[in-house]
Amino acid sequence: MLRRFFASPLTVIGFVFVLVLLVLALFSPQIATHDPLEVNITNKLQPPSDEHIFGTDEVGRDIFSRIVYGSRISLKIGLLVVLISFPIGTILGAIAGYFGGVVDQVIMRMTDIFLSFPGIILAMSIAAALGPSIENVLLALAVVWWPWYTRIVRSSVLSIKSSEFIEASRAIGANPFRILFKDILPNSIAPASIQASLDLGFVILAAAGLSFIGLGAQPPSPEWGAMLSSSREILREAWWAATFPGLAILFTVLGFNLLGDGLRDVLDPKQR
Amino acid sequence: MDALRYIAKRLVLMIPILIGISMLTFFISHTIPGDPARLILGPKADAEVLEELREKMGLNDPIYVQYGRYMAGLVQGDFGDSTYSQKPVSEDLKRYFPATLELTMFSMVITVLIGIPFGIISANKKDKIADQLTRFMALIGVAMPAFWLGIILLLFFYLQIGVLPGSGRLDTWVSPPTHITGMYTIDALLTGNWEVFRSALMHLILPGVTQAAVTIGMITRMTRSSMLEVLRSDYIRTAYAKGGSQNRVLYGHALQNGMMPILTLLGMTFGHALGGSVLVESVFSWPGLGKYAVNAITYLDFPAVMGVTILIAVLFIMVNLIIDIFYQVIDPRLKYD
Repeated sequence: MLRRFFASPLTVIGFVFVLVLLVLALFSPQIATHDPLEVNITNKLQPPSDEHIFGTDEVGRDIFSRIVYGSRISLKIGLLVVLISFPIGTILGAIAGYFGGVVDQVIMRMTDIFLSFPGIILAMSIAAALGPSIENVLLALAVVWWPWYTRIVRSSVLSIKSSEFIEASRAIGANPFRILFKDILPNSIAPASIQASLDLGFVILAAAGLSFIGLGAQPPSPEWGAMLSSSREILREAWWAATFPGLAILFTVLGFNLLGDGLRDVLDPKQR
Repeated sequence: MDALRYIAKRLVLMIPILIGISMLTFFISHTIPGDPARLILGPKADAEVLEELREKMGLNDPIYVQYGRYMAGLVQGDFGDSTYSQKPVSEDLKRYFPATLELTMFSMVITVLIGIPFGIISANKKDKIADQLTRFMALIGVAMPAFWLGIILLLFFYLQIGVLPGSGRLDTWVSPPTHITGMYTIDALLTGNWEVFRSALMHLILPGVTQAAVTIGMITRMTRSSMLEVLRSDYIRTAYAKGGSQNRVLYGHALQNGMMPILTLLGMTFGHALGGSVLVESVFSWPGLGKYAVNAITYLDFPAVMGVTILIAVLFIMVNLIIDIFYQVIDPRLKYD
């Protein structure tokens, strides 16, 4: 299985991108060349050089070091949002699919409401109501994200519910919750977990977007979206301040995407 | 007749969803610890005056009463007053909406014109170099932060070579066309005003392309996988066996069936583009709903935030409804139920 996973060059590239992100986040202090928050006005707007490989920003902070530390923020948001919304969505989807009837109706109408918004708009109004901070963006994204898992898990539970081995469990009188969580869920979780690995990237992208419009991380935090936002003021003088944080987001999202696609090819080959 | 009944049923089904949306946004925006009355009057306001305004704004009533009042207004198209501009939110929405609609529609046109052909080519040349390249580009499109692409395009086409304008909807020396739809390009066309049309179109290009980059990626991928499915089917093999030409089979037979899932996705993509407009508009100072929303957030103007949220949700639902109906029209096998 592992060999098949690494057979595709694109998957390998994705794996490498994600690995680099992990290393950057884990060893930020060792990798960064400067203090990400250290202001050095005399050194502002320096183009990329040996001393500052990605240049410096409007107050002379080292952009490379800020991007390195920013990886911690992005990775944390991505992981936490998925870790919160995935179990909630999965459990609700399993219950809806397995028990059907009124429970199913109620849960699915709830997901309808959430999915009738473009996610970023809903997250935006939640984050706005809670006040601008990175924790609130995290919460807002988790609130918006779970219904996707509910939908996916529900449909795979529905398709597996009527299979013979479930019938068998039921025939021997197993408790319905036991059937659901021991027999059905483990067999229907693959599509949702593929989605989750893709979502790690998309959550990071959405969080950067919210920070970009001023809702998430606040300056001087080295969050990538916030860095892009403040780079707009110095666009004329410093192309590097806008370019590198964007590339960091791009490579991160791309990495999780390629990894997710590779995962799908291994776990769910029909989907190709 | 059947079609009408189906549409009516779908419209009725929209009601609980709309109520849910309004409740969700209302209760979200009322969890804020801030006090709108104090926000209007400022920190030095007299306690008595504050209390009076609170009473006048109905802030002292229980939250369900406030919600009832909001809903009663909403069904008459009244979104309350913006606490920042002091004007009715509905008026603001009317003013900013056409700009967003114009931008979104423009980007959707680009998306369809580029995304669908590339998806078809990609499927037809599966695993060949054209397919690999298209897939890679589509992947980049999906993974790229649109607001970043906007900044880079701005940097290059506006600041570096200066061939395209970088902000607003018109050049400063051009006055807006007669208001018909509020979409400048269309209004200018209708009134035959070429100078305005040119200016409006030039201003649409950068934000339009920025917004389209993501949706092109989505549509290309969807078209590819949908077409692949169709191209594998027996009747396509039969068509080829009967000596049908490549183009005839591809566009005459396969595309018709392959279009169905693509249409559904177009609806979702439209919603995505609407949501994305918040970020893109803020990059290009495009005076639309997104910019209005970002402004409203900055000034904690909750009636305005709610107004934008509800309007976009309604639009999104409507677009998907229209697509569902269209679906029924182009596929007679589907029964209205």
